[in-house]
Amino acid sequence: MTAALIVFAYLAIVLYIGIFAFRKYERKPDAEEFFVAGRSLGPAVFLLSLFGTNMTAFTILGSAGHAFGNGILTFGLMASASAFIIPLCLFLFGTRIWSLGRRFGFITPVQMYRDRWDCGHIGTFIFVVQAALLVPYIIIGVMGGGATIFAISGGAVPYWIGGAIVALVVMSYVFLGGMRGTAFVNAFQTVLFLSFGLAAVLFIGWRSGGFAGAMERIAASPDAWLLTRERISPWYFFAYTLIPLSTIAFPHISIFCLTARRMNEFKRTIILYPLCILAIWLPCVFLGVAANGMREVPAIDAKLEARAAMAAPGVTPEDRAALRPQAAGDDVVIVLLEHYAPIWLAGLLGAGIMAAVMASDSQILALSTMFTEDVFAYYGGKRRFGERMQVATGRAFVIVLTAAAYLIAIRAPQSIFDLAVQYAFTGYAALVPLLVGALFWRRSTKWGALAVALWTAFIVLGVAVFQNMVPAPPPGREVVAWSVGGMPVLSRVATGTAIFGLLPVVAATIGSSILMWAVSLATPPPQAATVERYFAGK
Amino acid sequence: MRSWILALSAAALYLLHQDFWFWRDARLVFGVLPIGLFYHAAYCVACTGLMWALVKFAWPDELSTGTEG
Repeated sequence: MTAALIVFAYLAIVLYIGIFAFRKYERKPDAEEFFVAGRSLGPAVFLLSLFGTNMTAFTILGSAGHAFGNGILTFGLMASASAFIIPLCLFLFGTRIWSLGRRFGFITPVQMYRDRWDCGHIGTFIFVVQAALLVPYIIIGVMGGGATIFAISGGAVPYWIGGAIVALVVMSYVFLGGMRGTAFVNAFQTVLFLSFGLAAVLFIGWRSGGFAGAMERIAASPDAWLLTRERISPWYFFAYTLIPLSTIAFPHISIFCLTARRMNEFKRTIILYPLCILAIWLPCVFLGVAANGMREVPAIDAKLEARAAMAAPGVTPEDRAALRPQAAGDDVVIVLLEHYAPIWLAGLLGAGIMAAVMASDSQILALSTMFTEDVFAYYGGKRRFGERMQVATGRAFVIVLTAAAYLIAIRAPQSIFDLAVQYAFTGYAALVPLLVGALFWRRSTKWGALAVALWTAFIVLGVAVFQNMVPAPPPGREVVAWSVGGMPVLSRVATGTAIFGLLPVVAATIGSSILMWAVSLATPPPQAATVERYFAGK
Repeated sequence: MRSWILALSAAALYLLHQDFWFWRDARLVFGVLPIGLFYHAAYCVACTGLMWALVKFAWPDELSTGTEG
């Protein structure tokens, strides 16, 4: 209960930050202040907040859980690939988005696309696709919050109440503080988690007698493969490097690029981003892997027993489905903390985990910004009702969206990791050609942009429908749904869907790149005057 | 010339992510860190080096001309 009280104290601090930012907003109550913090964030807040925005329940709970079940490959798949791709995208795209935002006053990516390609309703369609892809990501935050409070309180606070508390706190400070409140909270959360991530490893290592014993036990067990990547193909590993491309296309990241006071604020962020990833992911992945050698923790032992039962010969698909939640490792860090850390530290570390879990604030604000700017203001609301009503609409949308995300979260039991990767990341990676076309290619057209958005909607919906229709086979097997000349084109595998044997993100991204290129060349070029405004002197 | 070197360095670093030489290697570095995990931790440090070089030698100053508030 002490741990839960510390977490609640943390939530109160976060709420106060929102109120503090609200007072700042009251001094300059306009849309730019609410939605992009008046484009005035300095280097430290920009770095910490941008990084915090990318840390979600998926990063902390999902990564440790994935490492618990899949071993060290988790770090190479998601962390080190991101350490290369994300800062590179900030360098190439982020600086250009910031520059155009400054020059033309954009607040959302769709505003930029509409202006760049002289289009209206196509922009609205892109908004719909972006919004549909962002919602699952928001749901993860609420799910992670509910699971964390449930685990930290020892089950005293039910999942549905934990989720409601997190949703309510996030909604309150986003509602009050807008982008400035969200940025301050994210910066605070990042500092908290960077401090406590290392403390978690040190304390668990110290109290458990060191990790060397755990690692040696894993190396000597049938689970020694967890220390290698022998169970996945190098092609799968390679394909996964496309997933972090999605980051820059996520609207909350694109919009956040507009908050920097000067372009120079990007410099420190780009350089330090890989080290921040290292500092956060390495402890999580390491703890997730090491947990496999800590059978002295009863909850871990139960998970390993469930995993062994799933792999036993003759187990039915129904039994496997029933065992899967028991073997899942999403709460593995919390379980270790509860067992090894003193109660007060477990509370502080729990607050650190909450910090990451509550990163859905940026997505909620981004979606509210997009709705207000790309729909409400674009279709005349701003002209008719004025700027104050525009901000009020944004705030109302924050309430509606958070409530909807909460209701879905308490009904959807799907794994945090699967939900995020299969829908949001793949879809946003497929939308990257929009940015490439808008920022780097004069000849790109609105029809090319429409083709990209349609293709993204098609492939994400297609994967979702396919996975619902075809049940997952046991690990290591595949159900081929469509093949050409003996070569599998579309297959159902244990982890999701494979297209040509690879993750759907490969087909999604290559397909949308080809469509942007081919459809743009086949349609009339955009107006010369517009192109000149974007590429003058280049 | 400089931008070519940076582009080639970025391409090389991207390919180095695919460390097939440690694929099935379960050795522990310092008795505790699997070598595949150690390699990718070091890879993150190398990424910081590349990003420093990009910022130092290829910063797009022209984008901020006339936009600083």
